[in-house]
Amino acid sequence: MALLSLRDVHVRFNTAAGTVHAVNGVSVDLAVGETLGLVGESGCGKSTLGKAILKLVPVASGAIVVDGTDIAPLRGAALAEMRRKVQMIFQDPYGSLNPRSTVGRSVAQPLVLAGWKPQAVAERVDTLLGWVGLPADARQRYPHEFSGGQRQRIGIARALALSPRLIVCDEPVSALDVSVRAQVINLLEDLKGQFGVSYLFISHDLSVVEHIADRVAVMYLGTLVELGGRDQIWRNPQHPYTRALLAAAPVANPKLARTRQRTVLQGELPSPLDPPSGCPFHSRCTLAQDRCRAERPLLRPVSSGAMAACHLA
Amino acid sequence: MPGSAVPLEVEGLRTTLFTRRGEMKAVDGLSLRVGAGETVALVGESGCGKSLSALSIMRLLPDPPARIVGGAVRLNGRDIVALSEEAMLDVRGREIGMIFQDPMSALNPVTTVEKQISEVLTAHTELGRGQARVRAHELLEQVGMPDAGRRLDAYPHQLSGGMCQRVVIAMAIACNPAVLIADEPTTALDVTVQAQVLALLRKLQRESGMAMIFITHDLGVVAEIADRVVVMYAGRKVEEAPVDDLFERPLHPYTAGLIGATPIPGAERAARLADIPGMVPPLNALPAGCAFAPRCPRALPRCRAEAPVLEEAGPGRAVACFAPGAP
Repeated sequence: MALLSLRDVHVRFNTAAGTVHAVNGVSVDLAVGETLGLVGESGCGKSTLGKAILKLVPVASGAIVVDGTDIAPLRGAALAEMRRKVQMIFQDPYGSLNPRSTVGRSVAQPLVLAGWKPQAVAERVDTLLGWVGLPADARQRYPHEFSGGQRQRIGIARALALSPRLIVCDEPVSALDVSVRAQVINLLEDLKGQFGVSYLFISHDLSVVEHIADRVAVMYLGTLVELGGRDQIWRNPQHPYTRALLAAAPVANPKLARTRQRTVLQGELPSPLDPPSGCPFHSRCTLAQDRCRAERPLLRPVSSGAMAACHLA
Repeated sequence: MPGSAVPLEVEGLRTTLFTRRGEMKAVDGLSLRVGAGETVALVGESGCGKSLSALSIMRLLPDPPARIVGGAVRLNGRDIVALSEEAMLDVRGREIGMIFQDPMSALNPVTTVEKQISEVLTAHTELGRGQARVRAHELLEQVGMPDAGRRLDAYPHQLSGGMCQRVVIAMAIACNPAVLIADEPTTALDVTVQAQVLALLRKLQRESGMAMIFITHDLGVVAEIADRVVVMYAGRKVEEAPVDDLFERPLHPYTAGLIGATPIPGAERAARLADIPGMVPPLNALPAGCAFAPRCPRALPRCRAEAPVLEEAGPGRAVACFAPGAP
């Protein structure tokens, strides 16, 4: 059974300018112990989807099933139990920590809310800080005394406090320097090996996702356009948007960068207030045909073994 | 002047921050040359001094606390370090342009795109208002602004981040400067827009032959755009090399660490990324000897006592290390 199962999830926001279809019919499963990368550009709905899984934004229709339980009707104690299983870490670790709380208190908070006894909380906090590689004296200190990478470790320690099954990582390394970014990625991989936790890893950085993910979902304008194994996506991308995204990602190898074909995607992301008819990508797609403008393609198995939402794949 | 073939020559530049906690050497003896049509990438992590180097070259340092305390910045052969602010107003925008990481905050939110570009033109050229508007339109087309004519009267908030960066680039190149300094110009942009902006900068450079300093922390972007690379750590240049040599055979352990920490798509997946332990030291607590020694896998006892100086290491290469990698 999948640890996380999304079925035709829609998230809509009503704004003064009209209704924004932030997530427009996403279906995907995440298995136990798996890292699913969720990639796409700003405004594609990837963070909104991550928040929907924790019930932090309302879902308009569709089902989100965590460990066999539909989260839509959950309230009170049942919702708290779901949130024990699913935790989140954020892009800006400083913004997600209370600046007036010591690190010890921030990390202890989920334990206290879960009703742990003070002695057990103290021991657990020490263990957690050790796991993420922070010194024991970090407990008494405040977030501003730590660097960005250390703050992200604090956020990870807090997310781990109640032994979650799934951690939604929303751009967890985007704000970090290169060398520190590698430290945090390695830490996330170590923790996965140690505790069997699964990750939904949301990022715009394709090289990081390629490194960490087992499977990858590519999002464009609220919909999944391609879903497949890491190698299927990178070696044999089937959706024109996936190909454009991969072609645009800079490669840290100057000879490779010079020789590879460079097809720069033209134009801008259409407004999610007024998404194009048919295929959401047709307005920027070089292969678009009449059918693409009229009929929305569904995610279906394609020759590479992955799934793609393209009439021509 | 015979020596004026090099548009930008920085020699021994030293910039110090004078703060209550003491003096900090933010840029400590930086030298670099950028030829016409050449792109030099300035690489390093937060706090290594790359942005302060750029602001020093532009003479845009926040003073206090930052001040240039030594060295020379020769623009087309003329040292601009001692020029008055009034003289600099004429230099900036005409001889040297700059583009920034956040295009939204580099633009005036209450002025139209056309007025902002025209302002540069009327300040530095003889063009009148009407002519400036025509030229602003041409510039917007040159930087690939979609629907350029209609965007002339738009305000920044009506444009996407990528379009705003195109406007900033149009302003920077309006007077055909010999040197363009680009400080993380694509960091805030999405990858497909980043690819558009990098392609645009390459095209503009081909057309005009301007010299470009490209500041970035992203080695992928370095590989895409640079001819030569200068790696900075804690205010100092620790390595310089042509781009291919740098990626193939990094000499400084910090450079090697940065390359190892950057995943390369399509390569066989390594079990782990090579990380660099610890973090960049704060400028007010630099260790004795080599600033990188506490994080360095190759550090010798000597490295903790004595700071290595930059030495030539093959054609076009230099490194400041007592235990450099094999060239």
